[in-house]
Amino acid sequence: MSPRETSPENRSLAPDSAPGDELAEGHGVGQAVLVYVVGLALAVILTATSFYIAGTDLVWAPSIPVALVVLAIAQMGVHLVFFLHITTGPDNTNNVMALAFGVLIVVLVIGGSLWIMANLNHNMLPMDQIMRMQR
Amino acid sequence: MTAIPYSSDHADPHRLGRGGGHGHAGTRAEGGSAPKRIVVAYGFWIFLLSDIVMFSAFFATYAVLVGATAGGPGGAQLFDLRSTGIETACLLASSFTCGLASIAVSVRNRLWFYVAMAVTCLLGLSFLGLELKEFTSLVMRGDGPSRSAFLSAFFTLVGCHGLHVSAGILWLLTMMAQVFAKGFRADIERRILCFALFWHALDIIWVALFTVVYLLGAGR
Repeated sequence: MSPRETSPENRSLAPDSAPGDELAEGHGVGQAVLVYVVGLALAVILTATSFYIAGTDLVWAPSIPVALVVLAIAQMGVHLVFFLHITTGPDNTNNVMALAFGVLIVVLVIGGSLWIMANLNHNMLPMDQIMRMQR
Repeated sequence: MTAIPYSSDHADPHRLGRGGGHGHAGTRAEGGSAPKRIVVAYGFWIFLLSDIVMFSAFFATYAVLVGATAGGPGGAQLFDLRSTGIETACLLASSFTCGLASIAVSVRNRLWFYVAMAVTCLLGLSFLGLELKEFTSLVMRGDGPSRSAFLSAFFTLVGCHGLHVSAGILWLLTMMAQVFAKGFRADIERRILCFALFWHALDIIWVALFTVVYLLGAGR
């Protein structure tokens, strides 16, 4: 048994990080700014691609909505990592778990609403027929 | 006492038990509760996620009602993608300068804090100005929120984000005033951390918004 295991008070604890805490603590201003510059550059590239794709004829038209959604999700990821400093590190477990729960609820609310309403629309008579029946 | 044949890093790699695990697993053996800065920011993170859940309800409403134009104009006739592009650029740049302001706080540089926050404020105001211009031009043309279910959902969703941005700008000015009056005290610093989280989260919501409402809407 190593001394490290026998003496728990010697074990250094990694404290949790708050969301938004800088990644590079003690690494100087330059590196902290660099994180934001990289994030901004990636976000600009993704945004510009989104706006370009939305108005182009270069890609197959039905693929455009899918591409836009994928680009948006990628950009949200960029924002989370580079601006909100959410990481996969052990100090960030709580933040990531909360985020995962939030994403679950968002997916349920949006996906569930669209699914149910599409189903109702599908099963409902067209509006003019309902009007005729009420007459 | 039985030895645990692997180190506690393997037993609890994410230290969910805060380093406990030698006979008193799951307890906060050392350190006690987390520092206040982390508790505050985590609580605010939970609030932001609940705010995002609220927005998801508005997004779902919009997505369901997007075709219900009641014979009125749809997104393709109404949206001006150039204006949306400028709005997006403003908000993205303001997120960046907000990050610079957080760095200025961490190195205790007042001048850069004021400069970065002022630029953030101006960019946020230009965003709001463009959005107001769009809203007024829509209402003047008779395409206000009462025109169709689609436009009601549109004004609710985009307007709610605009309200958040307005609240964020008020908060931003308050933080500048508090730093001016009280300096970088620990409690002021926590408030600035929460403000930065709020502002970045607004940008994330805007990413979803310009994609779902404007880009997908204009192509319809």
